[in-house]
Amino acid sequence: MPATTATRPSDELSRDQRLELFYFARLTRDIEERLALLYRQNKVVGGLYRSLGQEGESVASAYALAENDAVAALIRNLGSVIVQGIRPRAIFAQYMAKGTSPTHGRDLNLHFSHIPNGDDGPIVIGPISTLGDLVPVMAGVGLGARMRRRRLVAMTYIGDGGTSTGAFHEGMNFAAVQKLPLVVIAEDNKYAYSTPVSQQMAIPRIDQRAEAYGIPHEMVDGNDMLAVYDASKRAVDLARQGAGPSLIGVDTMRMRGHAEHDDMRYVSKPLLDAWEARDPITRYRAHLIETEVATETDLVEIEAMSRQYAEDEAGLAEADPGPDPATVADGVVAGGHFQPSVEIVRSPFRVKRGASRHTQPTVVHP
Amino acid sequence: MAKTTYLEAIRQGLAEEMASDDRVYAIGEDIGLYGGAFKVTEGLLNRFGAERVIDTPVSETAIIGAAIGSAYLGMRPVAELQFIDFVACCFNILTNFAAKSRYRWGAGVPLVVRGPCGGGVSGGPFHSANPEAHFLHTPGLKIVEPSTAYDAKGLIKAAIRDDDPVLFLEHKLLYRRVQDEVPEEDYVVPLGQAVVRRPGDDVTIVTFGAMTHTALDAANQLAERDVAIEVIDLRTLSPLDYETILQSVAKTNKVIVLHEAQRTGGIGAEIAAAIAERGFEHLDAPPVRLASLDTPVPYSPALEAAFRPSVEQIVAAVEHLVEY
Repeated sequence: MPATTATRPSDELSRDQRLELFYFARLTRDIEERLALLYRQNKVVGGLYRSLGQEGESVASAYALAENDAVAALIRNLGSVIVQGIRPRAIFAQYMAKGTSPTHGRDLNLHFSHIPNGDDGPIVIGPISTLGDLVPVMAGVGLGARMRRRRLVAMTYIGDGGTSTGAFHEGMNFAAVQKLPLVVIAEDNKYAYSTPVSQQMAIPRIDQRAEAYGIPHEMVDGNDMLAVYDASKRAVDLARQGAGPSLIGVDTMRMRGHAEHDDMRYVSKPLLDAWEARDPITRYRAHLIETEVATETDLVEIEAMSRQYAEDEAGLAEADPGPDPATVADGVVAGGHFQPSVEIVRSPFRVKRGASRHTQPTVVHP
Repeated sequence: MAKTTYLEAIRQGLAEEMASDDRVYAIGEDIGLYGGAFKVTEGLLNRFGAERVIDTPVSETAIIGAAIGSAYLGMRPVAELQFIDFVACCFNILTNFAAKSRYRWGAGVPLVVRGPCGGGVSGGPFHSANPEAHFLHTPGLKIVEPSTAYDAKGLIKAAIRDDDPVLFLEHKLLYRRVQDEVPEEDYVVPLGQAVVRRPGDDVTIVTFGAMTHTALDAANQLAERDVAIEVIDLRTLSPLDYETILQSVAKTNKVIVLHEAQRTGGIGAEIAAAIAERGFEHLDAPPVRLASLDTPVPYSPALEAAFRPSVEQIVAAVEHLVEY
C-alpha cells in the first residue's frame, strides 16, 4: 500500500478544477442519457453500454492524467475519454455508425483510437471486446514511451470480470517486472454481465489481485470522486517518477444492465437502492455546496451547459451521413486511403490538472 | 561471398535493421542472455543492450500486447515466439488486436512475430506446427516463410520495414541445413512475390518453406525420366502471388500444391480453389493437394515420416498427373 500522505492531492485542486470535475461527470451522464434516447429511437446501431453510477470513477481517475498521457477506456469508461478531450459528437457518431465517426462506421462505441504524432495531444487507445488485452497493450504503450524517452503515463481500466483473464495477469506481471508507467483502475462494479464478484474471485477486495505482482495497490470508494482522484494522482505520480505500475481498486456499482437490453433481474432491488443513495454525481454535487465551492446557481448553470452541449452534439452526429459502402475494403493493410481522425476539444474550464503543455483545440466546448 | 546459414541470415537481417533504425527492438522469451532457444538472437543483447533485447516472462500475450502498445508509440518490435506453436497462446491479441487495428482505426501495427515452425525433427505435437492456415484467414496480417538463407535475410528485413503485422515463419529444419551466399550490403526481398525455383514445362509444384527443398529433390529425380517440374516457392503466404502461380499453370497445365501443414483447410485448399476459379481453362487435370495427414504432428521419426509429404509421394503424384 502506498504511504498515506498527510495532505490529499485533491487538496490542491482549485475551485475551477473542482467544478470541472463536476462538469465532466455531468457531461458523461448527459451524453449517455442522450444515447439512451437515441437507442430507444433505434438510432443506435448496436448495444448501448451505460456507465450509470460509475461516471465518477472514470472521470476522476483520468483527471489525474496529464493532457498528453495515454488512456485506454473500456466500453463503460466514457468519462475518461471525455476528460482527455474526445469530442462528444464522435461518441454519438460511433454509436450511430456514422461515416464521420472515428472509425468511419467500422467499429462501435468506445472502440476507437487517437494516436497523435509525437508529444502532441492525448493518446487514446480503444478496447477490443475480449477483455484483458488492454493491460498488456497499455504496458506496451508505457514501454514504448520509455524507449522514446517520453515521460508519459498509461492508464487503463479493467472490470472485476476482466481481472479473471490470462491477458490481465500477463500484462500486470510484465508491467511489474519491467517497472512500466502503468496505472490500472480495477472496477468492482458487482457484476460481470450477470455473474457476481463472488463467483469471479475468492479474495474479498479486487485490489488484492495486485499482491501477486508486488506492486502498490489500494481500494477506494469508487463513488467518491475526490477519493478516486487522490488514489489515481498518487499512482500517476509514482508511474511518472519511474516507480512502476499501480493498481487501484474502485468499489462501485453498475446501475444498468450489461447493455440496455439487459433488464438486470439478477440484481436485487435493495442493493440497487443502497447504491442509488451513493450516486457519485449527487454526492459530489452535495460536497461542492457543503464546502462552499459552488452555489446551487453555479451548479445549475453547469448542468444546463452540459445538457445543452450533449443535446447539440447528438444532433450534429444524428445529421451526419453514414459511411460510403464503396470504402468497405479500403485500408486493411497500409497503402489505402482510410485515415480517420478524432476531434480533441477543451472543456470551458481549461484547467485540467497536470497540463504540461497545451494542444490547440479545433473546437472548444460551449 | 561467404556461405551463410538460414539462421545466421535471419540474425544478420535483424541486427542490421536494429543498427540502422533505433525504433527496431527484439522482445521474447530467453532471447537475450541465452540468445534464443535456437540462438537466432545470440549476441544481440551484448550489442544492443537490455532495453532493445528484452527477455520477458513466459507470457506470449504480454509479449505481443507490449509489442502492439510500443508500436503505437512509434517502435517497430520484433517479437520471438520460442516455438511458433505457442502462437496459439497469443492468437487473440494477434488476430483481434494487431491485425484489425489498421482497419478499425487507421492505426497500423508494424510488428514482426517470428518463430521456428515445422517438423521433420521429431519435435512432437507442440514443437512442430505449421500454423499458416490459422492466419491466412485473418485480414490485416501478412505471412512470410523463407526457404533459403538469401530470402530469409531479405524477407526479415522487408518484414521489419513493413507497416503492418507480419507473421514470420522460420522453418527449423532449415536453420542450419540450408546455406547460401548472402550479400553483406543492404537488400530486401519484397513481400508478396513468389519465385520460380526451377523452371519446367510439365507440372507445376506450388510450395514454400522446407517443402521447397523436398519438391526440388523430387524434381531432380523426375528430371532423370525427362519430366520437367516447375517449382514455385511462394515465400509470402499472405498476400499470395497469384500472378506467378497462374502464369506457371498456364504453361504446364498441371499443378500440385504442396505443404507441410495438415491437408484439410490448409493453404493448399485456398490456392487450388483460386487456380480452379481463375485458371480453369488452362488445366488439363484437377489440381492436386499434397499435405500432411489430418492428425496432430507425431513424435517418433517413423510416425512423422509417415505423416509428412515425402519425395516418393510427390513423384507418384506427378506420375499420376503426367498420365492423366
